[in-house]
Amino acid sequence: MMTERPLTRNIYPDRPPMNLKEYEQTGGYAALRKVCSSMDPAALQKLVQDSNLKGRGGAGFSTGMKWSLIPMDDKAARPKYLIANADEMEPGTFKDRLLLEGNPHQLIEGMILAAYAIQADIAYVFLRWAYHEAAALIRKSIQEAYDAGYLGTDILGSGFHLEMYLHTGVGRYMCGEETALLNALEGKRATPRAKPPFPQISGLFGKPTIVNNVETLCCVPHIVNNGAAWFKGLSYSEDGGTKVYGVSGKVKRPGAWELPMGVTMRELIEEHAGGMKSGYELKGVLPGGASTDFLTTQHLDIKMDYKSVAAAGSRLGTGTMIVLDSGTCPVGFVHNLQHFFAQESCGWCTPCREGLPWVEKILLALEKGDGKPEDIELLQMHTQFLGPGNTFCALAPGAMEPLQSALKYFMEDFEKHVEHKKCPYD
Amino acid sequence: MPRIYIDNMPFEVKAGKNLLEVCLSLGIDLPYFCWHPAMGSIGACRQCAVKVYKDAEDTKGRIMMSCMESVKDDLRISVCDPGAKAFRAQVIEWLMTNHPHDCPVCDEGGSCHLQDVTVMTGHDYRRYEFKKRTYTNQYLGPLINHEMNRCIQCYRCVRFYRDYAGGKDLNVFSAHNHVYFGREKDGVLQSPFSGNLAEVCPTGVFTDKTLKEHYTRKWDLTNAPAICQHCSLGCNIIAGERYGQLRSIVNRYNSEVNGYFLCDKGRFGYEFVNSENRITQTLIRHRAAEAVDEQTLMNHLPHILTGHTVIGIGSPRASIESNYALMELAGKECFYQGLPDNQVFLEQKIADILSAGTIHTPSLKEIEQADAVLVLGEDIWNTAPIMALAVRQSVMRTAAAHVQEQVPVPGWHDAALKELAQESKGFLANMSILSSPLDEIAAVQVHGTPDDMARLGFQIAHLLNNTLPAVDNAADTLLHNATMISQQLLLARHPVIITGTSSGSEALIRAAYDIAAALQNEERHPGLAFVLPDCNSMGLAMTGASSFEKALAIVQKNPDVTAVILENDLYRNIPADLVDTFFSKCRQVVVLDTLHNRTTEKADVLIPVATFAEGDGTFINNEGRAQRSYQVFMSPDKVLKEAFKWLFEMKVIRRAISNGHDVHPDEMLAGLERAYPQFKGIADVVPSHAFRIHGSRIPRESQRYSGRTAMQANKAVSEPKPLQDDDSPLSFTMEGYRGMPPAPLIPYFWAPGWNSGQAVNKYQQETGGALKGGDPGIRLFRETGAIPAYFQDIPDAFSPRQGKWFLLPQYQLFGSGELSIYTKGIAALSPEPRAILSARDAASLNMATGDLLSVQTDNRTYQFPLETRDDLQDGIVILTAGLKGMDALSWGTWVNLFK
Repeated sequence: MMTERPLTRNIYPDRPPMNLKEYEQTGGYAALRKVCSSMDPAALQKLVQDSNLKGRGGAGFSTGMKWSLIPMDDKAARPKYLIANADEMEPGTFKDRLLLEGNPHQLIEGMILAAYAIQADIAYVFLRWAYHEAAALIRKSIQEAYDAGYLGTDILGSGFHLEMYLHTGVGRYMCGEETALLNALEGKRATPRAKPPFPQISGLFGKPTIVNNVETLCCVPHIVNNGAAWFKGLSYSEDGGTKVYGVSGKVKRPGAWELPMGVTMRELIEEHAGGMKSGYELKGVLPGGASTDFLTTQHLDIKMDYKSVAAAGSRLGTGTMIVLDSGTCPVGFVHNLQHFFAQESCGWCTPCREGLPWVEKILLALEKGDGKPEDIELLQMHTQFLGPGNTFCALAPGAMEPLQSALKYFMEDFEKHVEHKKCPYD
Repeated sequence: MPRIYIDNMPFEVKAGKNLLEVCLSLGIDLPYFCWHPAMGSIGACRQCAVKVYKDAEDTKGRIMMSCMESVKDDLRISVCDPGAKAFRAQVIEWLMTNHPHDCPVCDEGGSCHLQDVTVMTGHDYRRYEFKKRTYTNQYLGPLINHEMNRCIQCYRCVRFYRDYAGGKDLNVFSAHNHVYFGREKDGVLQSPFSGNLAEVCPTGVFTDKTLKEHYTRKWDLTNAPAICQHCSLGCNIIAGERYGQLRSIVNRYNSEVNGYFLCDKGRFGYEFVNSENRITQTLIRHRAAEAVDEQTLMNHLPHILTGHTVIGIGSPRASIESNYALMELAGKECFYQGLPDNQVFLEQKIADILSAGTIHTPSLKEIEQADAVLVLGEDIWNTAPIMALAVRQSVMRTAAAHVQEQVPVPGWHDAALKELAQESKGFLANMSILSSPLDEIAAVQVHGTPDDMARLGFQIAHLLNNTLPAVDNAADTLLHNATMISQQLLLARHPVIITGTSSGSEALIRAAYDIAAALQNEERHPGLAFVLPDCNSMGLAMTGASSFEKALAIVQKNPDVTAVILENDLYRNIPADLVDTFFSKCRQVVVLDTLHNRTTEKADVLIPVATFAEGDGTFINNEGRAQRSYQVFMSPDKVLKEAFKWLFEMKVIRRAISNGHDVHPDEMLAGLERAYPQFKGIADVVPSHAFRIHGSRIPRESQRYSGRTAMQANKAVSEPKPLQDDDSPLSFTMEGYRGMPPAPLIPYFWAPGWNSGQAVNKYQQETGGALKGGDPGIRLFRETGAIPAYFQDIPDAFSPRQGKWFLLPQYQLFGSGELSIYTKGIAALSPEPRAILSARDAASLNMATGDLLSVQTDNRTYQFPLETRDDLQDGIVILTAGLKGMDALSWGTWVNLFK
């Protein structure tokens, strides 16, 4: 069976992305026309809920469910906001970049549809600062959409109005967390907010707001065009649709591919990434970015969907995996990640602000041969105390996922560092 | 009331509270940092973790932050759960990875919330072996010291400084474990509430610089419950002394008055007590050896007190006991206020309004809870700073209350409420002669002359009650503002109208009253608050005594007058010519005061008296609340006693009667109450001086007080007998009753395990609520329920005069205080005297900013550097008022100006 690739079908590495006209020629904005002429917001919400689309940012929460929590009555506070989270800062993750740079109108159409579904007045693309190319493309595409009447007042005669803006961040991992993103967008410090109240009730500037990941939004036009059943049928598992998977590390062909949701890890690594480079063996995998638990060779045949990866003790996350090979020190690998997380902590809550730098320093000491047996206990203590609920947001618990699983699967490596007073991989 | 289970014990708790508040109110020691009862929850520090269980069957539970969870029926939590305890200890271990081990040299050591919580959680062993991060400290001005290395990033400082108090120049910078709390660059903190940083900071990042200059450990202080002396609000303070020197002032919680916070003038303005300018000797002038001992003075006094007419000049800054003692000495008819006619008239009007009891006068807490505020012509930022802070809370809370009607967010959830409320504000209309920092949060700002502001007030009253007259010839802006303000006041249920005497305008008082009276009905309960100049202005006004001018008339007629002047530098309140005339006509002048000043120079007999720190006294604040201030130490020099004691002795001499014993404040107040029914109830202000608990006094010193046997060893090796306090149930020792005393007698807040000021939780009925047994103070004005009668006397609009300017004062928070200016840091922050004119008026005089302007008033000519303003009305000249060395001027009169 020829697998369908709705999101990336029109993305070609050797040519620039489609302009508005080309996008329209490939069926672009048909979904918007359809919705504007024949669907009310409730029907669109139901369609997306029926499609089983789950948030592609990492948490995997049902998109339709998320939208359904936004107040839709006349008394709802205004303006309402729709935000595309394009802050893609998860280490090892570059799937949104592919979509942003490869087909910006697909995102914009998805955003207009999502905004219609929740009757938002204003939409923002919150873009990672380093994505300069995407910034230029989105700016241009938003203008094209305005010029074509897809944005602005009375879109396609539907009576629906939407203003859309591009906002480029300053490069903080924290801004990927939706409430910190909202604070940043308000011009405040990028610290997360306590939930409840949820952004659907008190979001940007205290108004009802939906924040969706880029890939999630890109799925919406295709669901509208082809229906919920079609979208579910794309998948090998109960989560609907395709997924843009990625593989990085010492594999033969690192990259990103759109595949049916639920392909196996083995297929991804061995077929699409071409297997390990010669001389390297696969030791472990972070299946969905830096903040997910390691899986190892024993998990190669699990399906890469939310439920299966969770059952194996990790998370699908962003679906872009980082491969740990036999020649790379897991302690050094994890140290590198913890350095990132400690630096990206916003400094709001004590465990994350003070705990992560400690973890980072211990790992560095282990690498330098200054480790002590108690250090491993301290690392374990942190994996326990920096767990969900103990910290203000999910940053530190996410940071602990690779550490706790490295301690589980690669304890021998940690012990060798202490025992030999040096990194055995040096 | 929801029933919750804490460690399987059932408790009935108050709905709408969070778990942390509830636990603390129940007396459970649950540690916290970022939560503050006045500022709510943000969930940042993670210190108050508890286990929360799904239901009775759940044995595993989840760790949750108690400050972020509302109580609800059947909620089951555990504070003692080993997992929760371990996590709380772990939070301290994390904080300690970077917190310096400098407790022995830290100002906060021994009264540090971080130390208390560290001990409370049981963290005691350091496992972190890496370097600590360090910061550069900043110069933050003369009042607050900065030591960032101690910071535990609880965010309380910025939340207080910015969100609560509206400051802008303190902020949080950087991220992750380099978060920095300070200013963009070194410089003086601009908020007049900056001193509270020393109390909201849970450790030693922000500390009191004035204490540092004569540092002592906080547990080594002798403390007493006192009343702030620097404005009319009567904030409750704790004064601390060691080695005969007043070392610090900290907040004394009173839920009705100042709550948790003081202004910087109140906190730091205490150094006058230690000043070299104190009067320390009894003097009889015009003889070879002027300094005399008490016996010589006593022998001398009959010559000037008997056989002559004695008149008394009272004081708005002396206690009611001392003023009463002077009334007793001179006789009611011969007692005068020592204030000019106009001021006496205004204050009398206010006292009359309040004693009529037709309209409620709100406490500061009630102002915080107001849902609309109109400030009519009083510059409260400068004349009553904590009231300005209360008004800010009203504006913020009203905005939060509005969003709570839309989204069900609990009142303690500070971050969520701020997010929802965004920039929205409750209603404040702020009218003042010049712009004020309060304007920023005001929906309506009006600047103008007192008469014009009063006209706006009368128009508002007219719109509220159309039987009242409308203002004639009103300008469009006045009509527009009046409409808008009256509409907003009508929407409120607890509107508060604030005015005062600092503009010297009776019309403002009348207008404010008419507005409040017009608002009063079954559903709406307006408050009418007045600001007066001094800490006992209200008490003095309530005596009903006449003005200085009346006293002057007496001495001009009668050549045989002995004037007894109580704690009053007449030159600060009355034009110098009049005071000079007064002194030249008096046969003898007896002055009792604390500091040398221009009036004490004129004394034939000068008697040193105790300040609030060395003497007891009762002060009546702007709302008519009588509050006792207790002495914190006894001067080693026995001559230094309260003025009322001297005056009582003088009365004994004059009347040639002797009762053979000393007098104490209780007797004075009992006598006052008997003689003057308007003071009814004042004798119950505090427990009697004979009050004891289980036969014990309440010690002013903590049980941790050190050095007692050694501190006098340079004089004598034996430990001296502790000084005896015959006037109060407080003792000058460590010994005595260690439990919780009645609220008016709390010398300091301490509870086992709670060595910092946070111990106040233990003294409250519930966190943030009233003190156990009720907050101190007795309100003397009672509402009578009588129907208010309107004034309706509308002044004409202000119109400039050719070649004359209308003289108005501008008071300065730092600088206008007679006493606070003795604090070096406050003197440094005091502005230079200046005159302000509109740009157009300045141009008509051919002058520009910086030029010297000559002002001719009160038969003298003064020169001031000129400042021009675009927002000032033509025809008025504004002079800084009350600065050191400045004469009193006749405010509200027309003066000549020239280059």
